[in-house]
Amino acid sequence: MSLPIDTLVELLKGGLLESLYMTIVSTIIAYIIGIPLGIIVFVTDTGGILKNKPVNFIFGVIINMIRSIPFLILLVAMLPVTRAIVGTTIGSSATIVPLVAAAAPFVARMVESSLKEVSPGVIEAAKAMGASPIQIITRVLLPEAKPSLTVGFTIAISTILGYSAMAGFVGGGGLGAIAINYGYYRYKTDIMLITVALLIIIVQIFQTVGMFIANKIDKRTNN
Amino acid sequence: MIKLENVSKEFETRGKKKIDAVNDVSLEINTGEIFGIIGFSGAGKSTLVRCINLLEQPTKGKVFLNDKELTAASAKELRQERRKIGMIFQQFNLLAQKTCIDNITFPLIISGVSKKEAKERAKELLKLVDLEDKAKAYPEQLSGGQKQRVAIARALATKPEVLLCDEATSALDPITTRSILALLKKINEELKVTIVVITHEMRVVEQICDRVAVMSEGVIKEVGTVKDIFLNPKSETARKLILPERDRIPNGKRAGILRLAFDGQSSSEPIISELTLESGAYVNILGANTEDIGGKAYGQMLIELPADNEAVKKIKAFLDKRQIHYEEGGNADVTAD
Ligand SMILES: Nc1ncnc2c1ncn2[C@@H]1O[C@H](COP(=O)(O)OP(=O)(O)O)[C@@H](O)[C@H]1O
Ligand SMILES: [Mg+2]
Repeated sequence: MSLPIDTLVELLKGGLLESLYMTIVSTIIAYIIGIPLGIIVFVTDTGGILKNKPVNFIFGVIINMIRSIPFLILLVAMLPVTRAIVGTTIGSSATIVPLVAAAAPFVARMVESSLKEVSPGVIEAAKAMGASPIQIITRVLLPEAKPSLTVGFTIAISTILGYSAMAGFVGGGGLGAIAINYGYYRYKTDIMLITVALLIIIVQIFQTVGMFIANKIDKRTNN
Repeated sequence: MIKLENVSKEFETRGKKKIDAVNDVSLEINTGEIFGIIGFSGAGKSTLVRCINLLEQPTKGKVFLNDKELTAASAKELRQERRKIGMIFQQFNLLAQKTCIDNITFPLIISGVSKKEAKERAKELLKLVDLEDKAKAYPEQLSGGQKQRVAIARALATKPEVLLCDEATSALDPITTRSILALLKKINEELKVTIVVITHEMRVVEQICDRVAVMSEGVIKEVGTVKDIFLNPKSETARKLILPERDRIPNGKRAGILRLAFDGQSSSEPIISELTLESGAYVNILGANTEDIGGKAYGQMLIELPADNEAVKKIKAFLDKRQIHYEEGGNADVTAD
């Protein structure tokens, strides 16, 4: 090992916690923005319960625009915004800003695609029962899409973890920063491999837990 | 109860082509009746029934429920009115992530009824549809017939005055179809709910409808009592629906026809043989639409009567003796559409 084992463990522990902190906080904020966005795009689409072409078009364009910017470029482009919000561009908290910016449109599309899986017949039946658009959203769309939303969440959090590692290049913290600082700049390949292994393990845990929960709560397949 | 005035629904398809799914339909459905709308696939039946609760906004025309014009109601008023119109579907459309009882309380909860009250009502309804033991089951765990029963219970939760059924039995096997239709009949009789039944199957109309409208290409071809339509179908569409595989009723005058209704007699075939033997007259079977369910015959058969009056008397006497319900059709001219 290129570092004393104690130092290495301390280093990785700190990196791991930072990575989880960035990922979880970013995912939560991305969902707070992405869920309403996904719902808006879904319900205003042609055939939607609140069909509205202009609104659908505008939100669609915004989402697609941000989604088509490569994350590294978004990271750099967002630096002034990050400084304005967090006060610095270095560290884990600063990374959350570009992470949210990149993840929210992604989450919006995931939410939209989950809602699209809800049977149109069920939405129709709710309408026929006199449900209002808000009631259809909160009592039909979201509960019926819950298993699919959970799967989407699993994918989103894994993707955001990957993004957070990239942020190490521009001064973000976490496992990504360790991999870059030690593995790339100081040629300590073993440390880089360990961080990569850790990232893989975390993604695997997210996947396994997420799919388990999604299956567990889906009443179409279980019980 | 329900009145449609010159209702039309036009769809624009991709190539900017326009389809008149419903074309200038005027119709009145009376309180307490079971009204059928029958036609082949693509006739516009679903579109028409969806115009009743305005799931489909008619391009032209007016829709009334009692004396309230639904086509002039605000979104909020319309939601209120929709609580008076239950609806069931071919694909059941139950909430897959909710238990049966939660499916049934759903329309009550969204209309502001308390959870406790809604549960009570749902339990009554589960009893009505004979599914008390399935309260906690999820739709996926039920058979097609059971799902439709839950859907019926759900549709009745808000005590609607009307129940719209769009091909409600088309995904079900013959035995289950019978039991669902029997349940609808019971609901009509005991709860006094007016029922509108959409179907492409004559057996459905024949089992429960009082009156029926025959629809084709967006137009109502004829409306009448089930008996009238069966015995004297005036439109080409009606004739094809009554005798699907053949179209043998000759145009012009004839001696008269009898419609025999089989309602669970042991089997239809020996009866016709016996009838011929006992009356000594040949009868010409114009068409049959019978099915064998568990060794019993259900459905109807049209036979042409012999010109000989004595023979006709014998035939009727035989049918009376065997307690087979029949209706006599006139010598009316069969006209083309
Ligand atoms: N939403 C729609 N958009 C375009 N065309 C439609 C739509 N719904 C129905 N149609 C067309 O209208 C006609 C009548 O359809 P429908 O009412 O479903 O008939 P039925 O229920 O008698 O089978 C068909 O030609 C169908 O393709
Ligand atoms: Mg249809």
